[in-house]
Amino acid sequence: MALTFQQFLFYAFAAVLVGAALGVITARNPVHSVLYLVLAFFTSAALWLLMEAEFLALTLVLVYVGAVMVLFLFVVMMLDIDLAALRAGFTRYLPLGLVVAALIVWEMASVLGPARFGPGRVAAPAPHGAGYSNTKALGETLYTQHLYAFEVAALILLVAIVAAIALTLRRRPDTRRQDPARQVRVRRRDRVRLVRMAPERRPAPAASEPGGRTGTEEA
Amino acid sequence: MLSTLSDLTLMAPELWLAAMACVVLVADVYAGGGRGTVAYLLAQLALLGGMWLLLADAVPAPEALFGGAFLRDPLADVLKAAVLVLTVAVFAYARGYLQGRGLDRGEYYVLGLFGVLGMMVLISAGNLLTLYLGLELLALSLYAMVALHRDSLEASEAAMKYFVLGALASGMMLYGISLLYGVTGSLALDVVARAAAADASDPVMLLALAFVIVGVAFKLGAVPFHMWIPDVYHGAPAAVALYVGAAPKIAGFALAMRLLVEGLGGLQAEWADMLVVLAVLSIAIGNVVAIAQTNIKRMLGYSTISHIGFLLLGLIAGTRDGYGAAMFYALTYALMAAGAFGVVAIMSRRSEAELLDDYRGLNARNPWLAFMMLILMFSMAGVPPTVGFYAKLTVLKAVIDVGALWLAVVAVAFSIVGAFYYLRVVKLMYFDEPPEEAAVRAGLQAGTVLSANGLAVLGLGLLPGALLALCLQVVG
Amino acid sequence: MIETIQSLWAAVPEPVQIPVLIVVKILVIVLPLMGAVAYLTFAERKIIGYIQVRIGPNRVGPRGWLQPIADAVKLLTKEIVLPANASRFLFLIAPVLAIGPALAAWAVVPFDEGLLLADIDAALLYVLALTSLAVYGIIIAGWASNSKYALLGAMRSAAQMVAYEIAMGFALVGVLMVGDSLNLREIVLRQAGSPLHWFVWPLLPLFVVYFVSGVAETNRAPFDVAEGESEIVAGFHVEYSGIAFGVFFLAEYANMILISTLASLMFLGGWLSPFEGWAPESWFAVPVLGTLLASGIHWLLAKTAFFLFCFLWFRATFPRYRYDQIMRLGWKVFLPLTIVWLFVEGLAQYFRIGPWFA
Repeated sequence: MALTFQQFLFYAFAAVLVGAALGVITARNPVHSVLYLVLAFFTSAALWLLMEAEFLALTLVLVYVGAVMVLFLFVVMMLDIDLAALRAGFTRYLPLGLVVAALIVWEMASVLGPARFGPGRVAAPAPHGAGYSNTKALGETLYTQHLYAFEVAALILLVAIVAAIALTLRRRPDTRRQDPARQVRVRRRDRVRLVRMAPERRPAPAASEPGGRTGTEEA
Repeated sequence: MLSTLSDLTLMAPELWLAAMACVVLVADVYAGGGRGTVAYLLAQLALLGGMWLLLADAVPAPEALFGGAFLRDPLADVLKAAVLVLTVAVFAYARGYLQGRGLDRGEYYVLGLFGVLGMMVLISAGNLLTLYLGLELLALSLYAMVALHRDSLEASEAAMKYFVLGALASGMMLYGISLLYGVTGSLALDVVARAAAADASDPVMLLALAFVIVGVAFKLGAVPFHMWIPDVYHGAPAAVALYVGAAPKIAGFALAMRLLVEGLGGLQAEWADMLVVLAVLSIAIGNVVAIAQTNIKRMLGYSTISHIGFLLLGLIAGTRDGYGAAMFYALTYALMAAGAFGVVAIMSRRSEAELLDDYRGLNARNPWLAFMMLILMFSMAGVPPTVGFYAKLTVLKAVIDVGALWLAVVAVAFSIVGAFYYLRVVKLMYFDEPPEEAAVRAGLQAGTVLSANGLAVLGLGLLPGALLALCLQVVG
Repeated sequence: MIETIQSLWAAVPEPVQIPVLIVVKILVIVLPLMGAVAYLTFAERKIIGYIQVRIGPNRVGPRGWLQPIADAVKLLTKEIVLPANASRFLFLIAPVLAIGPALAAWAVVPFDEGLLLADIDAALLYVLALTSLAVYGIIIAGWASNSKYALLGAMRSAAQMVAYEIAMGFALVGVLMVGDSLNLREIVLRQAGSPLHWFVWPLLPLFVVYFVSGVAETNRAPFDVAEGESEIVAGFHVEYSGIAFGVFFLAEYANMILISTLASLMFLGGWLSPFEGWAPESWFAVPVLGTLLASGIHWLLAKTAFFLFCFLWFRATFPRYRYDQIMRLGWKVFLPLTIVWLFVEGLAQYFRIGPWFA
């Protein structure tokens, strides 16, 4: 059977995705790992696009690739990671890891296998017309049916913000900082004091110095 | 599906709490000088207001919102009311401690309120998604609260352990939930329940059950998923250990009830077998290891583990009496734990009173406080006139009724072992010389609440009928 | 002649026709864009020159008009220096990652009714997603260079991008709410009627936030701390030379043009004429002037040119922001402002305040 263009794209992206995922765990440098992860996200977004899930695909790029991974990269670049120490246990734990991975694959296969999700059990989704908006459809279910879960998820994020700020914001009394509002509010009288005083004569001995200082200095 | 806005009155307590938590958050920023006071008063107002909204229209029969995602039934009402009442007491105990530590900031109360909200979401969950979200909202608040005392190395360590282990358990549970979704094709608990009843021998279903049980056992703190409890109770500031130790146990019971009993009731025989192992190990290890502790917070941690074992016994029975007994146990244990940690928090105001030796001669320094602690310790040990005795009795009765006599025997044997360390605290308080003479002052507010708490433990022991009947009625 | 071409075209098999057509369309967009970039650099030097009472470049060609070409030739012929211990692959791919999204975003930009490469429904999201990718070129360049200054520049850039992207996203949510579509063409058509219907009026704060965030996202003055010549030499591209540097340059200017075009599409009615709706019909009937007054691509170009002028004007006028001030502006001013305005917009939508929300 000849590959259609879509199938060709699917296999191409899938191959890149698997390669990138392998790269994430095998790359020797953590920065390279993160970049592989970015590639993996990007390719999965492409796969989703193939499945007509354009909103999810673009949001994945926007949120994960564009924001989350940037911060991730930021942190990884700042860290001084000891690569040798990281790799030390790799071969020792490899057998255990493989066993766990095989178990998980078996579990996934038994749930997602043809017996439950085969073409016989689940009908293929009907292709949508040109006017179909994935975004709108998602928005409609999200804000009606799943509104409650959506709002609770929002609260979880709020708690995360509160926690992050409560745990990291420290007001150090000794740091010096500018307050632009106060800088702007400053008036002349806050900084300069005009003093009215009677003129003074220079004391007699100082007068002998030619071109010397004036008496204003004491004022 | 949501039809009109007025349907939302069913979830008025949740909406009110969410709004008030945000109000506390903002008010705390602008309150300036007496920072903690404003947040504290507003938080108590939030809890009491939530209580009023909850009781103002308690529902006689189950009602659902959002296609079953939010479930309000008598069981939920009773559990939520208990959570709210306990949290009022917890905040009252915690105040003085927080003031003494420079921790009296709004964050404790804000996170506490969000935790309560998480518990209420969990208690009212009608599908797996909201169940998980409620659990996470609670857990995230707790992680942050444990770490709230940033200058304390122990607290940071405890928070780190709690967070890592908790995330792992959440992952396990989520994996189980995703398998359940894969098998049944639905997240709604009632659909899952039908599928579980129809196809109980499906191996994938059992696998999902195992993962879910790991999650539940971790959240409850049953052996072998108990490692976090002593560390967190020990490392966290007393005010936080107090919070973690009280109301979340009720939420844990709700989690088990919704997920195992309502969702996977068809697999009762299977999960009861798993829980038997957890329960026996919890009762044994909790009681034995607690004896070796010199730190009272750690000791109370191991005591929690053993009590969780008892709670699980009620579920294992698998009858209506069993569930009712488990609920009764959860409510009364949370009450006792709140009181016991309340005493620790009151004692720790000026300097940490963590060691058992710090309680020597408490009778001489504050007889009333010592008497309250005596009641609480007796109740935890299961000495007759207190409610702890009655709670243990009903659970054991339910277990014997289903013919598992050996379980009851094991439980009783280890309870007797456990009585030793509770009574040791009593002995220290009444028969040892105090290390210092200075009187311990509880303060009017905490003192009143503690008195009410202690007397409730005593009173419920004398007249348990009403609460027990209520428990039996709502789980049915 | 034309017939032979047509018959030749018909002989090409269909699976080949479509890609060839697409490539031709891409070239039709990209080549003028490159020209625009080249002359934008020239305009920048001239305009800033005049603002500073100088003449600007005036030696190459008549009045300096061939200056950009001379610059391009110079960059092309210079050596690309690879720093010692640099990550070779990443070092070389970084400029490509910078320019790729800057060009790819043009795929969905409508120049006139029906004049665009891809008319996709989620165009707004697509643009937002691609502009958020631009930061990778900068971060990777900074890290791969194995240089302190480059890394510092990359760090600053990353934090800045993330901060402003959120405000920018929220501003676009505002456009989405009033435009009721994610499709850029439909958003422009929603603004038809008269200049009063343009979204800049109901969304004035969001418009300001969007444009300022756009300036920040492109790392232009006064937000150019990622380059910061006086502090970190030239930031992320300090180690780049020759055409590799030139590609970063291209990307920056292509992004400027993109931001300006998007601002005109989303807030100033794109190709719609400002004379529409109030000028008498007879004006549009005048032979040449009528076509100029009517809507068309020239209005889009004019509006874009205005925003580009603003970019250059800002650079000549404002001193550079300090880094913490940039962060404060992004997180503490723009973000709350956009959220408040979304709320206001929601209310306006609920009460159907015309002519935009009717």
